[in-house]
Amino acid sequence: MSELTTVFLTRRFDRINPESIDDYIADGGYEALRKALTLSKSAVIDEVKASGLKGRGGAGYPTGLKMQAVAQASGYPKYIICNADEGEPGNFKDRYMMEKDPHQFIEGMVISAYATGAEKGYVFIRGEYDNAIAIVEKALSQARMKGFVGQNILDRGFDFEIEVFTGAGSYVCGEEYSLMVCIEGRPGRSTYKPPYPTHEGLFNKPTQINNVETFANIPHILSMGGAEFAKMGTDSSKGTKLISLSGNINKPGMYEVNFGITIRDIIEKLGGGVRDGRKVKLVQLGGASGPVINPSMLDLRLDYKEMQDAGLSFGSGAVIVVDDTHEVLDILKRGIEFFHHESCGKCTPCREGNIQMLILLQKFIDKTATAEDYKLLDILMEVMGGASICGLGQAAPTALKSALKNFSGEFEVSKVNMGEAV
Amino acid sequence: MVNVRINNKEVSVEPGTTILEAAKRIGIDIPTLCYHPDQDRKANCRVCVVEIEGFKTLQASCSTIVCEGMNIKTNTPRVRNAREVVIELMMANHDVSCTTCPSNHHCGLQQIAADLGIRESRFENVLGTQEIDDSSPSVIRNPNKCIKCGRCIQMCAEVQGLRIIDYTNRSSRAEIKPAYGKYLSDVACVSCGQCSVVCPVAAITEKEDIERVWEAINDPSKTVVVQTAPAVRVSIGEEFGMEPGSIVTGKLVAALRLLGFDKVFDTDFTADLTIIEEGNELLKRLKEGGVLPMITSCSPGWINFVEQYYPELLPHVSSCKSPQQMFGALAKTYYAEKMGKKPEDIFSVSIMPCTAKKFEAKREEMKSDGEHYDVDVVLTTRELGKMLKQSGVNFRELAEEEYDDPFGITTGAAVIFGASGGVMEAALRTVYELVTGKMLRKLDFTDVRGMEGIKESEVDLDGTIIKVAVVNTLSKARDMMELIKSGKADYAFIEVMCCPTGCIGGGGQPYGGTRELFRKRMDAIYRADEELPLRKSHKNPAVAKLYDEFLLEPLGEKSHHLLHTKYFNRKK
Repeated sequence: MSELTTVFLTRRFDRINPESIDDYIADGGYEALRKALTLSKSAVIDEVKASGLKGRGGAGYPTGLKMQAVAQASGYPKYIICNADEGEPGNFKDRYMMEKDPHQFIEGMVISAYATGAEKGYVFIRGEYDNAIAIVEKALSQARMKGFVGQNILDRGFDFEIEVFTGAGSYVCGEEYSLMVCIEGRPGRSTYKPPYPTHEGLFNKPTQINNVETFANIPHILSMGGAEFAKMGTDSSKGTKLISLSGNINKPGMYEVNFGITIRDIIEKLGGGVRDGRKVKLVQLGGASGPVINPSMLDLRLDYKEMQDAGLSFGSGAVIVVDDTHEVLDILKRGIEFFHHESCGKCTPCREGNIQMLILLQKFIDKTATAEDYKLLDILMEVMGGASICGLGQAAPTALKSALKNFSGEFEVSKVNMGEAV
Repeated sequence: MVNVRINNKEVSVEPGTTILEAAKRIGIDIPTLCYHPDQDRKANCRVCVVEIEGFKTLQASCSTIVCEGMNIKTNTPRVRNAREVVIELMMANHDVSCTTCPSNHHCGLQQIAADLGIRESRFENVLGTQEIDDSSPSVIRNPNKCIKCGRCIQMCAEVQGLRIIDYTNRSSRAEIKPAYGKYLSDVACVSCGQCSVVCPVAAITEKEDIERVWEAINDPSKTVVVQTAPAVRVSIGEEFGMEPGSIVTGKLVAALRLLGFDKVFDTDFTADLTIIEEGNELLKRLKEGGVLPMITSCSPGWINFVEQYYPELLPHVSSCKSPQQMFGALAKTYYAEKMGKKPEDIFSVSIMPCTAKKFEAKREEMKSDGEHYDVDVVLTTRELGKMLKQSGVNFRELAEEEYDDPFGITTGAAVIFGASGGVMEAALRTVYELVTGKMLRKLDFTDVRGMEGIKESEVDLDGTIIKVAVVNTLSKARDMMELIKSGKADYAFIEVMCCPTGCIGGGGQPYGGTRELFRKRMDAIYRADEELPLRKSHKNPAVAKLYDEFLLEPLGEKSHHLLHTKYFNRKK
């Protein structure tokens, strides 16, 4: 068990009072910032690049490259945004980060601001996270008092202000473009890209936008050095990973794991197995927008590259376990209903595609689907995934698409029309 | 220059060019719906998607700027499949009753579906039928036709600065409508109809009044007279596939006679009359220390704007009725008397580039006899096009004819009313000669011409320099109103037109309007002016005769009653 879990980002959890900056400082907090301020901006970025840290929001883009792009982009002012709009069903690890050790990611934001030349930061926190909002607000005011945030940080003539911005409950605002237009005061709807946020982000200015967990890693990279950090994890996946484990499991919760752990170990060794002694029917990775895998695939390892090679992704680290008392198609339907509810309605494939996906899926549930329906569903998912304007529409068919492959037996087409499509 | 490959063909374009534009250079028209050349990129319909090497997902060609070495494919099976599915998805949440649709034959969705060979949508139709909003006298909003492209929103918000309609609800229930689901008549919509011009489908169209005109024409007890606005003569040809900017005045007259109108008159006549009345009003204000700057009142969208948004500035607005309403008043009084008819026996129709004119004609003040509307029906340029098609008139082939007397003799000053700056230029031609007593040598006031939103000029009236300004679009009008309120608008006279580039870009004009096309209509307006023997309103002999016989003097008793009006605070 000890080699499966680790305490790195969660080191201070339940050991310090999250509402006391003195506790954080006493535990070595903000030392990484002090160290960063003695380095050149490019040296800070080099450390992050050397660490191999990839964004923990789901896309897995190298954080150092993102910081470098913002640092090199022309445009003033520059912004740092912490995406704490943790709305993906099945995810709750950022909430723990904010509630149990808020200064860790704030320190990461300040270091990023120094490295990129940003003067203003936002923490966009999911509106339902009342407790996290209060704790982060308090942490920020303490950090301001101590001179870690605000004007002339640590007397180094560097200014960086951070503001908390809360969403109003819309899932799509966790998508970075929707999130940014929301801060700009417009309705949370995504927009086309490129241009990317690193060049034209918030208010059309260069913006580094990362997840809470990503920022929380940055102080550690500065403290221990990028090369040392890179020794943790696997070849393609550096550091540790926070997992949100939920579903029909004996011990649901947030776990910090080493990369390379198998899904089976997460379920059995961390989660204590499936509840009531039932069997695993399916596991959904990453959240509602992630793929589903069947019981024969549980030896897959948590690793960016291995997952990618298998045509999968673990997104932001949710593991949702579903036991054999549930029907696969019902689970899928709930997910698509969610996307149908949350689609912003801007682009055609997502606006009109989700409801059509539901209609076609219902035919499989009702066992009235024909070979034409199967073919149409396949085509629809391809177009939603390929032509939607943002991640919501692109990812909405992911679960269903993976189910067609990993649970092909569930998708019966009526015998009469059994055709060449199946 | 940036070098890219599109469908294996090399093309070199300026930096900043979109894939859509680059493809056009090599002869490929990528289909689009939400894209409009004069609007910001939206990229929401996803019809224009293409494949780019190195990109996992398809990219919208309307929004993606080319990069050096980009390898683009516009016609792969993946792209064609995406386009088909996107169109089918739209059709599955759309009232697909094409044959009876007001936009039949000029619908973007229908066109692309036809081009792609889509016969029916493979998806189940999920349209939850919504109430049609016909509360406005000018436009009808039919949410069952809306494809949520957002062109109307951008027009209303960016060009007119009003934001009357916007997105509401999400997902497949997304709609575009006024806030809180209010009716158009209950919000501060100005009826300009610009939303209807840019709508690619039939989600917003003008309120059709064609049937009422047919009834009148077929009613033997009615003398049906028609007036044609200046801007219509340079645009109606487009409805019949003629080159934008074709001047078709004579064909227009012939066509209206073929439809059965008893008399075909020209709004230009009362445009000249407007100049006499408005010019004298300006001189009176200048002489007597009246409220300045004085602002024109021809554009009913603009009047709706000032009454609803800046009622405190109404004293600045000229009391002159618009040329349409001056015409209507004279038709039912002077002309009725002349013909020995009762006002109710005259049925007065106007052909306008405008949807707000429908609203204007229905104002209670616009009944000269206190009982009957001076203008019975207003048809837009587009509606006239439909009427002509209904009756099989082969517009392009018609021989040119002349307007009827007495409201057919007009000047170039009246024609240019159709373009932004035209009323100002016409007024200056007359005011200059009235004030100085000298003949104006150079008739062209080029400073006030052109497409810009705000134009300025100075005129020397025998030693007195007056500053004038010309404004088009309501977002610019708002800027001007704020300038007036701040006390910094040192102009004597301001022309405001509601629509982009003036009436030629009106909300009732043929579809497909872009700034490039407006430019052609504008050039045609000034060509028409140059071709006329008379180019100053006060030299119009028929207008002079009207004063001799009937009105007696500008700003006189009869004028006051028939040609001037008052405005109301209609703030919502």
